[in-house]
Amino acid sequence: MRFETPATINPIDQLKVVGKPADRIDGPLKTTGTARYAYEHHEGVSNPAYGYVIGSAIAKGRIAGMDFSAAKSAPGVRAIVTADNAGKLGKGDRNTAKLLGGPDIEHYHQAIALVVADTFEQARAAAELVRVDYVRTDGAFDLAAVKDIAKPRPVFGGPADTAVGDFADAFAAAPVQLDANYTTPDQAHAMMEPHASIAAWNGDKLTLWTSNQMIAWGVGEVAKTLDIPKENVRLISPFIGGGFGSKLFVRSDALLAALGARATGRPVKVALPRPFVFNNTTHRPATIQRIRIGAARDGKISAIGHEEWSGNLPGGRPEGAVAQTRLLYAGANRMTATRLAVLNLPEGNAMRAPGEASGMMALEIAVDEMAERLAMDPIEFRIINDTQVDPEKPERPFSQRRLTECLRTGAERFGWNKRNPQPGRVGDGRWLVGIGVAAAFRNNLLTKSAARVRLDNNGVVTVETDMTDIGTGSYTIIAQTAAEMMGVPMEKVVVRLGDSTFPVSSGSGGQWGGNNSTAGVYAACVKLREAVAQKLGFNSAEAEFADGEVRSGNRRVPLAQAAGDSGLGAEDGIEYGDIDKKYQQSTFGAHFVEVGVDTATAEIRVRRMLAVCAAGRILNPKTARSQVIGAMTMGVGAALMEELVVDERAGFFVNHDLAGYEVPVHADIPHQDMIFLDETDPMSSPMKAKGVAELGICGVAAAVANAVYNATGVRVRDYPITLDKLLEEMPDVG
Amino acid sequence: MRSFTYERARTPAEAAASAMRKPDAKFIAGGTNLLDLMKLEIETPAHLIDVNGLALDKIESTQEGGLRIGALVRNTDLAADARVRRDYGVLSRALLAGASGQLRNMATTAGNLLQRTRCPYFYDTNQSCNKRKPGSGCAAIGGFSRQHAVVGASEACIATHPSDMAVAMRALDATVETVQPDGATRTIPIAEFYRLPGDTPHIETTLMPGELITAVTLPKPVGGKQIYRKVRDRASYAFALVSVAAIVQRDGTGRVALGGVAHKPWRVEAAETQMPRGAKAVAAQLLADARPTRENAFKLALAERTLGAVLAEAKG
Ligand SMILES: Cc1cc2nc3c(=O)[nH]c(=O)nc-3n(C[C@H](O)[C@H](O)[C@H](O)COP(=O)(O)OP(=O)(O)OC[C@H]3O[C@@H](n4cnc5c(N)ncnc54)[C@H](O)[C@@H]3O)c2cc1C
Ligand code: SF4
Repeated sequence: MRFETPATINPIDQLKVVGKPADRIDGPLKTTGTARYAYEHHEGVSNPAYGYVIGSAIAKGRIAGMDFSAAKSAPGVRAIVTADNAGKLGKGDRNTAKLLGGPDIEHYHQAIALVVADTFEQARAAAELVRVDYVRTDGAFDLAAVKDIAKPRPVFGGPADTAVGDFADAFAAAPVQLDANYTTPDQAHAMMEPHASIAAWNGDKLTLWTSNQMIAWGVGEVAKTLDIPKENVRLISPFIGGGFGSKLFVRSDALLAALGARATGRPVKVALPRPFVFNNTTHRPATIQRIRIGAARDGKISAIGHEEWSGNLPGGRPEGAVAQTRLLYAGANRMTATRLAVLNLPEGNAMRAPGEASGMMALEIAVDEMAERLAMDPIEFRIINDTQVDPEKPERPFSQRRLTECLRTGAERFGWNKRNPQPGRVGDGRWLVGIGVAAAFRNNLLTKSAARVRLDNNGVVTVETDMTDIGTGSYTIIAQTAAEMMGVPMEKVVVRLGDSTFPVSSGSGGQWGGNNSTAGVYAACVKLREAVAQKLGFNSAEAEFADGEVRSGNRRVPLAQAAGDSGLGAEDGIEYGDIDKKYQQSTFGAHFVEVGVDTATAEIRVRRMLAVCAAGRILNPKTARSQVIGAMTMGVGAALMEELVVDERAGFFVNHDLAGYEVPVHADIPHQDMIFLDETDPMSSPMKAKGVAELGICGVAAAVANAVYNATGVRVRDYPITLDKLLEEMPDVG
Repeated sequence: MRSFTYERARTPAEAAASAMRKPDAKFIAGGTNLLDLMKLEIETPAHLIDVNGLALDKIESTQEGGLRIGALVRNTDLAADARVRRDYGVLSRALLAGASGQLRNMATTAGNLLQRTRCPYFYDTNQSCNKRKPGSGCAAIGGFSRQHAVVGASEACIATHPSDMAVAMRALDATVETVQPDGATRTIPIAEFYRLPGDTPHIETTLMPGELITAVTLPKPVGGKQIYRKVRDRASYAFALVSVAAIVQRDGTGRVALGGVAHKPWRVEAAETQMPRGAKAVAAQLLADARPTRENAFKLALAERTLGAVLAEAKG
């Protein structure tokens, strides 16, 4: 099905099942421990061996020699895989560094060997017996130090730089100006389930049970890396214990499991130990951002500029932090610039709203600072500069844009009018209290997605698509979509996901999964409805599918009857025309945060949070809410604690475990609230839905930062905002 | 993890004797620290002596009017004990400020005292660390040292001791009771229990090889307001940047010990004479010889300010 013109009325609009807060259908499996994660597919394989990954102890250089003598004779050892004996390996298009390194080393903890043994413990013990000699070479590990030699680099299909009007002149002429630098640190996904895979070969066919967000990408990458036909690779990933972007790509666990299985002739299981996840896999790269805003005294922005510097391994991509500044606020004179330097840290890549999450961390502090310079309420300042068209290409309207309504609704609900605009004035016992706001913004991405549906003679509809559920609720919204389309209750729908033998979906990432994957299911269901109508002799345009029946006029026939004994199937997908070129599709929101800052210790504790989101049709308010409050929590992490600390001498992330890399715990998140504006976006798909999850993180950290400023009068522009950055400027205590 | 042999000791003396006899033996109690370190091959004992069955899990009153806490009493039980809550509030609060509910259910009194540093370089066997591998150097010096010691550190090691409980024990003048491999018992005042890193950061206490902790005793209650204030980046489940254990009497005299600033719970009795004069005066003496790194210099101001807040709370 091609989607080229705005959606009109369709069966989804009935909203009998879609739009309802249905419980997650995978919930009971997860709470009872019966959902099988990648490492747990015991029934799939017999007599597996276990692989333990050895990572490079240096960041850059080469391996001079490896001594396996002790490891080879250790109990239970079956094979040791290295780049030397693995055969010729390619590299996936989406991997920057090689998944199996050596002799050249590209980053710390790059995998250099896999020890395979009969048990996990044997493999781990033997891995410690491997001796490696390295020759270190110098690397670049400090972004600030290489900033000035960074080069323009396009990202996410957009240009590196944009310019409209004459930014320099307009900025110089602006009566009110801001020119400030902000930094965001390297961050880790810190998902609960580490990267893990089981590989089994059957002749030249490989099956990989793995934890992966993008099944079809994964198949292609594995095939390319092993130089085997795609048809010979099967990926299975029905449940994923969190990904946040780190599992968009095939990682060393999958490749090494495949190689280990080939070397031993047995299925091989590989999970990355926690300390490995941080330096072996990907992370969100650090940024330095410069923002300049010039405005007239009435608050109208005349010039807005946003520059970003980030670093990555050779061939890597920038973070993309200026993306939202091209779209969020009006202003006739504008510029953005993206600069990338080579750093020899582990590979930077997508994490939790790549680009906008980092960009909004800076931009929305800048907007707060600018409002203060204008002596203007920060909400009013945002509203004055709202735009209904793409400010760089005014001929492109937004498909829907209700930023102002989000801000106003939130202000009302949160009690914004009680905020004292003078910072450092509100106390509550030992706490200084402050309130902050930020806009939320994240683009809505359209990407094709297919599904297969089957009706059986019990009236059960089975949906198969290689879509993944990374904890988001995909199973549930897909079931709701099929139930709505086929006129059956959700209990009559079976959803099977995460298998490369199923039709290729959008996968999960970039908040594109919800809208696109359900639109694909919609397309397949339209086809199935036609097949049903035809079989039962209905005019498909008139047939109504409801209550397990097909009806038209006075005639009603049970749906199951159409299936017959052999069942009835259909396969189709959604593909998009250029509707997203004509209309800018984005999601909007507003974040409100109240913090307390301890007067003595400067400890920052969030007291309450509110997000208001406008993101098209909400397919399931319960799962969508979970996504948003999870994202808000991640935003608090980004604001207050998350930082991969770089050892600039040795070139690695030092705090590589979950004790050292702090993310919020329950005690950090006492109260969250969120509201969805009632909205449908007919430009986005027949579902009229949009991405929603990542919107929830974009802007949160800045709202926290602005609240900290409001509480204390101390403006911190370098994340995370930790107490040591406030302490010197805190008032004296007795 | 290296393979190891395992035994369940039947008596404390037997456990100590066995620890001496078997090369590279270690006691295991709750295992919440030791097992993690073994998995990473930071600790590589060849033999484990399980002390969980030694019946050292009671809290008893002493003749002197204090409490004798068995080495195997779980942190959860100790924190919840009515006598501890009534008479040694600082201890109960310190325990509850540490780790998580699940960990405290396993963690023992002796194991808590002997938990090892959380220095991230200690945890990464690719990095030089004098504590893990004597003579290899100290990667934390000149590296990421935000968490590290500001006082009492050496050229060889700037690690901190991570225990909350031990800070309260230090303020309470606890005594460690042990049995040695030859069966002899002794008591070690907590002030003499921990060592500063010096040139031998791998030797952390004054325990002799094979010596087993059997109990920790607390002297007669001293009353006063008992406060434990732990400062950290997140609200729970994080080690202290700085912590203050304080016992403050009505007249403003009392005791303070700091956590998160040194290789051991940091208490300078002489500084306590300044308590009636306020936090600045106390901190000035407590931290007189501080030599922070660029990254952790904030701990000096933080310690003073936290102490100030604690003393104010005690007054209020
Ligand atoms: C994620 C995490 C967070 C934590 N957070 C905190 C925190 O915030 N604050 C805090 O204070 N602690 C914290 N801890 C540490 C926790 O308190 C310790 O792990 C625990 O107290 C150790 O007790 P255990 O009985 O498990 O010791 P074990 O791991 O069994 O042993 C520790 C050491 O003590 C030795 N040992 C044990 N018993 C004896 C004995 N009777 N005589 C002689 N030697 C003995 C062992 O040989 C070993 O060397 C945390 C731990 C974890 C894993
Ligand atoms: S501070 Fe101590 S524990 Fe940390 S690396 Fe240095 S010697 Fe090792």
